[in-house]
Amino acid sequence: MTASIQVTTNPAVQYVLRLGDTCLIAGQRLAEWSGRGPVLEEDIALSNMALDLVGQARALLTHASKLEGAGHDEDQLAFLRDERDFLNPTLVELPRGDFAVTVLRNAILATFLKQLWIRLQGSSDSELAGIAGKAVKEARYHQQHAADWVARLGDGTDESRRRMERALRDLWLYVAELFDADAVDEAAAASGLGPRWSDVQAAWTAEMDQILEGGKLQAPKLGAFRSDGKRGRHSEHMGYILAEMQHLQRSFPGGVW
Amino acid sequence: MNLVAPPKQDTARLEQVWAVLDTVLDPEVPAVSVRDLGIVRDVIATSDGGIEVVLTPTYSGCPATEVIERDVLAAVHAAGLGPARVRLQRAPAWTTDWISEAGRQKMNAYGIAPPGPVLDQGESLVRVIPRLACPRCGSKRTERLSAFGSTACKALYRCIACQEPFEHFKPI
Repeated sequence: MTASIQVTTNPAVQYVLRLGDTCLIAGQRLAEWSGRGPVLEEDIALSNMALDLVGQARALLTHASKLEGAGHDEDQLAFLRDERDFLNPTLVELPRGDFAVTVLRNAILATFLKQLWIRLQGSSDSELAGIAGKAVKEARYHQQHAADWVARLGDGTDESRRRMERALRDLWLYVAELFDADAVDEAAAASGLGPRWSDVQAAWTAEMDQILEGGKLQAPKLGAFRSDGKRGRHSEHMGYILAEMQHLQRSFPGGVW
Repeated sequence: MNLVAPPKQDTARLEQVWAVLDTVLDPEVPAVSVRDLGIVRDVIATSDGGIEVVLTPTYSGCPATEVIERDVLAAVHAAGLGPARVRLQRAPAWTTDWISEAGRQKMNAYGIAPPGPVLDQGESLVRVIPRLACPRCGSKRTERLSAFGSTACKALYRCIACQEPFEHFKPI
């Protein structure tokens, strides 16, 4: 087994890692649909979106390693960190669930990331701004695709509606975490690196309401429960997804394609 | 920025590199060259006597990016114009509006409906699905089958008139 690496607590590095880990873990989850999609077109769509997310993660982790300056590369950051050093919100590590869960999570995430990318195009960090300029186009397409499906399933058959309502109830528990501000966010806002995640809540809520309305669905109220994945405290699902994702690199250190 | 005009032999060499890049085909759409696609942003003679080719990736997760880098370097070296290196430049982000007119025609002849101009739709959540002309028979009686195709950059369509499926290079 290759020894794990630890990353710095520098807030700028943590800010970029949060974004990179969000894309990486969401991409890994989505890729589980490859070969298992409900219809061929959707199998291709989910795999393509996973590819975009992993591509965004690669750019972000490469940039995080440059900011960190400890000589790590994108692969080491992805494959050699332990669970507590992953900074993605819990939402993206939850099991892929049924198609309704996948569609709704894609809508929540694409809307959230799109709003971040829009603002990150003005980052004081030109590399991060460049990554955002590319990713915002991809997030828009993902969001529109997910919104189409929310409308079809929410306003579809009794069964599809029942599943969408269940997905909404289950996933909404993990939404509040996205908008919790903390020291990492404050530092990014102060230096011009990027917005606080809480800064996009109003725009996210407005667009999500519109998407849900298309499926004649309504957003539940946000409760008091707070997941805390972006500070490294993950759900029980995180260890399993990392085990699958990191197994090859841990078993065959330094292996490349 | 280097504002001094490059020496004459450099200008000739740079032109040769551009000509070589005309022959490097996109591995996933082998009808168009990397120059047609507009992903070659610049070719620079470096102070150490080398050539730097500046490429802009199409999609974040495009698996062809690394193949293209390799193909570009191999072609420049094979033409005896090296040593060469590639620099990836992310900003400004690539857009299908940079695909040349010749590139669009080659794409269409290859059976892929080329992208229309990128329309600013603001942050609308409703997508406008363009009515495309079939690249085989030209009919506009076409419909979209799938928002995503065999690669991230394409969508899948079908022609109702000639019954043939075809791909569409999505405008981004």
